[in-house]
Amino acid sequence: MKITRQQVENVAVLARLELTDAETEMFTGQMDAILAYVDKLNELDTTGIVPTSHAVPMENAFRSDEVRPSIGTESALANAPGRVEGFFRVPKVIE
Amino acid sequence: MEIFDFTIHELHDRLKKKELSSVEATRAMLARIEAIDATVNAFITVTPEEALASAAEADSRIARGEMDLLTGIPIALKDIFLTKGVRTTCASRILENFVPPYDATSWLKLKERGAVLVGKLNQDEFAMGSSCESSAFGPSRNPWNTEFTPGGSSGGSAACIAARQAIATLGTDTGGSIRQPAAHCGCVGLKPTYGRVSRYGVIAYASSLDQVGPVTRDVRDAAIMLGAIAGHDPMDSTSVNRPVPDYTRSLTGEVKGLKVGLPKEYFIDGLDPEVQQAMELAIETYRGMGAEFVEISLPHTDYAVACYYLIATAEASSNLARYDGVRFGHRCQDPQGLLEMYRRSRAEGFGTEVKRRIMLGTYALSSGYYDAYYLKAQKVRTLIMQDFLKAFESVDVILTPVTPTPAFRLGEKCNDPLQMYLSDIFTIPTNLAGTCGISVPAGMSSDGLPIGLQLIGRPFGEEEIIRAAHAFEQATTWHQQKAPL
Repeated sequence: MKITRQQVENVAVLARLELTDAETEMFTGQMDAILAYVDKLNELDTTGIVPTSHAVPMENAFRSDEVRPSIGTESALANAPGRVEGFFRVPKVIE
Repeated sequence: MEIFDFTIHELHDRLKKKELSSVEATRAMLARIEAIDATVNAFITVTPEEALASAAEADSRIARGEMDLLTGIPIALKDIFLTKGVRTTCASRILENFVPPYDATSWLKLKERGAVLVGKLNQDEFAMGSSCESSAFGPSRNPWNTEFTPGGSSGGSAACIAARQAIATLGTDTGGSIRQPAAHCGCVGLKPTYGRVSRYGVIAYASSLDQVGPVTRDVRDAAIMLGAIAGHDPMDSTSVNRPVPDYTRSLTGEVKGLKVGLPKEYFIDGLDPEVQQAMELAIETYRGMGAEFVEISLPHTDYAVACYYLIATAEASSNLARYDGVRFGHRCQDPQGLLEMYRRSRAEGFGTEVKRRIMLGTYALSSGYYDAYYLKAQKVRTLIMQDFLKAFESVDVILTPVTPTPAFRLGEKCNDPLQMYLSDIFTIPTNLAGTCGISVPAGMSSDGLPIGLQLIGRPFGEEEIIRAAHAFEQATTWHQQKAPL
């Protein structure tokens, strides 16, 4: 086994996903099969190989720090599931 | 020939000669959508009122003589592109009611030229899938045979073109999501080099791999669309600042002396015999036009799918963290506290394939596994890139099948994610290497399903693959075949 049910439950906590028992069961089997498959990468010796995070070689892209128009509060809040005045409303954070 | 059968350039000629107005053309497309989309399900949202208003505006532009190749042309967009004021779902319940406050740059560029948006197209949820079956709005169907999938993730974009419901469309390609559905639906699909087209306003799946491109009826249309959307965008710092050539100048039909590489790793035992045969015929066609073939090796091909599913899922798990029920998107009812809100909103909003990839990506990035999975995959990505750079020292373009088989049946691969992932084996390496690729129609299976030919180019080698693809199109009639709908 590459991954256990317990590990899948822990990953779900990290991923902020509430999974049903059936989903946990299914993902355990499927992730196990996928992880067994990706193990083939270990056939390759990658000693000294520089990792690629990005296909185009690129330095930092700088721009001047200028004030420019933005979408504004109303547009930003237009899709909010909950709002109060100019703010996003969320459940109580601090007890 | 009906209005909805036209290419961009054919419709443009008629608009220019005032034989037809954009309003008439747009009405024809809307009627076509109305007549057949219950069968194809290429659209998530159709925008008739907005479309007719923009068409009327395009007609007055044309009357004033302010005409561009795209003015008045009815197009449709994958529902991954933000469209100001028009609902954008990414085929997910979590964005079911999301109305973007701004436009994606690629769409804005088309809009400014007077293109008319007729609607938003179906896809796999968050572009995660190869069949359109992970859409929260039901799968699209392949117009050539509705028992089959159109491919994915830009399945709606390809089905829409094959069913002639828009003149041209845009899709996105992270591991083959433009080229594979284009091949399965008998259209042209172009994935530009990473950085060639801005990703601003395109809902992110795997940011180091995602790229925007056209799905069209012919290569000329793909060249026109690419020319319109390419270029540097200050809003996307990964877009590359280099001049955009006039891609239509590559439509010379000339391939004499072109050096074409045939990677032995792509012509394997598992290849469908009819796909193999189509490739052999294509090679003969090119030889007849004076192209030269060289056998090459891309030795790390067999590792690409494994490499991709670690990198793409890792990036996805990070990108999709933003769907937390706070600022936009679905929020669960009466959550008790923030953490519960996150977990339940995401559980209710995401479909199974999206959850599976978030889980896999979170695992690959988690403490203790990062080096073994994510970092290892990034190193293998370097090897895959080097394969291509080395190959392009001796060839101009690389010719391969787009997919190992023609389209598969609805439901055929739903219960086996790994089998679904493996169907992208010939398109994924291009995304990892960041180079460009195009899919063109190159045959038909005995079941009446299209077969696609892929041409892979150097980074920023779009002109060469367009030239080679167009020459092939000139010499064959596959692109003229119409789906029986």
